[in-house]
Amino acid sequence: MATVFKKTELLTDTPFSFCPGCTHGIACRLVAEVLDEMGEKGNIIGIAPVGCAVFAYKFFNCDMQEAAHGRAPAVATGIKRCNPDRTVFSYQGDGDLASIGAAEIIHAAARGENITVIFINNAIYGMTGGQMAPTTLVGQKTTTSPLGRTVAANGNPIRMAEMLATLDGPSYIARCALCDPANVRKAKQAIQKAFRNQKEGKGFSMVELLSTCPTNWGMTPVQATEFLKSEMTKIFPLGVFKEIE
Amino acid sequence: MKKLMKGNEAIAEAAIRGGCRAFFGYPITPQNEIPEYLSKRLPEVGGVFIQSESEVAAINMVYGAAGSGARAMTSSSSPGISLKQEGISYICGAELPCVIVNMVRGGPGLGGIQPAQSDYFQAVKGGGHGDYHMLVYGPGTVQEAVDLIYDAFDKADQYRMPVMILGDGMLGQIMEAVEIPEFKDPATFPKKEWATDGTGFGANRRIINSLYIEPDVLEEINHRLFARYAELAEKELKYEAYMCDDAEVVLVAYGTVARISKSAVHTLREMGIKAGLFRPVTLYPFPEKQIAALAAKESVKRFVTIELSMGQMIEDVRLAVNGAKPVSFFGRTGGNVMTPDDIVAVIKEGK
Repeated sequence: MATVFKKTELLTDTPFSFCPGCTHGIACRLVAEVLDEMGEKGNIIGIAPVGCAVFAYKFFNCDMQEAAHGRAPAVATGIKRCNPDRTVFSYQGDGDLASIGAAEIIHAAARGENITVIFINNAIYGMTGGQMAPTTLVGQKTTTSPLGRTVAANGNPIRMAEMLATLDGPSYIARCALCDPANVRKAKQAIQKAFRNQKEGKGFSMVELLSTCPTNWGMTPVQATEFLKSEMTKIFPLGVFKEIE
Repeated sequence: MKKLMKGNEAIAEAAIRGGCRAFFGYPITPQNEIPEYLSKRLPEVGGVFIQSESEVAAINMVYGAAGSGARAMTSSSSPGISLKQEGISYICGAELPCVIVNMVRGGPGLGGIQPAQSDYFQAVKGGGHGDYHMLVYGPGTVQEAVDLIYDAFDKADQYRMPVMILGDGMLGQIMEAVEIPEFKDPATFPKKEWATDGTGFGANRRIINSLYIEPDVLEEINHRLFARYAELAEKELKYEAYMCDDAEVVLVAYGTVARISKSAVHTLREMGIKAGLFRPVTLYPFPEKQIAALAAKESVKRFVTIELSMGQMIEDVRLAVNGAKPVSFFGRTGGNVMTPDDIVAVIKEGK
């Protein structure tokens, strides 16, 4: 019988620690599949974040470093500059990348560090129990904005992809959504492009992946996917924001 | 052949000779000559230099570089070292080797830019969160700083922990004739099987991490770290006991203050006062047994701890003396530095 699908060997056999319906698992799988298909096995150093993907070092079957909250781009910089031939990636959430690690991501991008950043934007702090994130939508209820985020108290959500695209350093910045098979396929293509740029020495690349958090959004997985598609994409439009040839 | 060099530049060159090939740092006075020198020198030897966006980023770049096997360092001064504490704690938790230079200035807060020793607690007690220590050296001369940092990368690799050079503004800015050692041969450096060099896959993949959710596992790690610190105390203690054999009053001082104290000892001896100097060179581990042995001597009547602070090392001296003899204190702060005569006057008055 022909094998039509098998798990990439760049994921370990450790079960994901993500909640049912969460799209982190898809994101991890896409990154591993892309690196596998590019023949990068034995040539990768990944950086795990603080947050829901804190155990990413258990899932990716490659050398991994666990970074302090928000510091992954700095850790990646230290690794890549000392190991320029290795493929280096960080995997970060929105609190990690857009809040406590805002300085690190901006300056890694500005320096054009030849690394790839996978940015999971699910508009909430998942691991710590559903607090407001810098990307939480206005009106969205969280455990620290129980009546809904207001502009007066919290400002508007930050659009990291657009912001980083204003810099000269990045070679590729895109935003995709993990909400249905067509969009997942597009996300995979974006991740491929991002890693290809790194291989070609073009400099910093980032793929923002709009993701769901059914547990902390208080929704079923199906409702969460619908919310992502209908509400999140209004504030975080999909597309490619920076691309150099 | 000896060369006249500024402390900070001599330290930078000696770091390279000792194998350092990666530096990450952020400007702050009075240590700027270290990054300035290395920004030119490291590329000449195929090394990496980055002026980071922040002290926090710098120490996390060190984490990444050290975790992937490089001999990496950073340098800063007091307020900057405070910012680095997050990364230092993670580096200690992840058992990574690196070298950190702190050219201490007065504090708290922005403080001043003149020499101080008020970061002693931060350096030797931990500084960041959690149970950990570093190997901490308090060099007294530029030559000693050169010799210590030259071997610091070996010590860091051997014990898989950060080594801190705790200098002060004076040590960084002073010019002295120094002998700069030859380049160490990188081929002789130990292979780091634990480092994430990128080749890992399956059973041989490496993980650099300080997260241990299981209490029993974390407790075991803490015990492992402290077993290493006990080993440091056995093997790595450095100190100088100067004219202590017949001393009645023992001055205890490190770094720049020890030099000043040594001059005071000479003057006091000329005046007929039997003074000696005990100078810890490793501040962690602290030479407590040696101080306890002095305290047990009949000839020793008292100790005077002399520091550029309100009194920090004195706590370790008191613990070592353990009530056997009186321990008093003389210090200047705010960037002020005592003269030998100031010390002589204090001792003469019997304080």
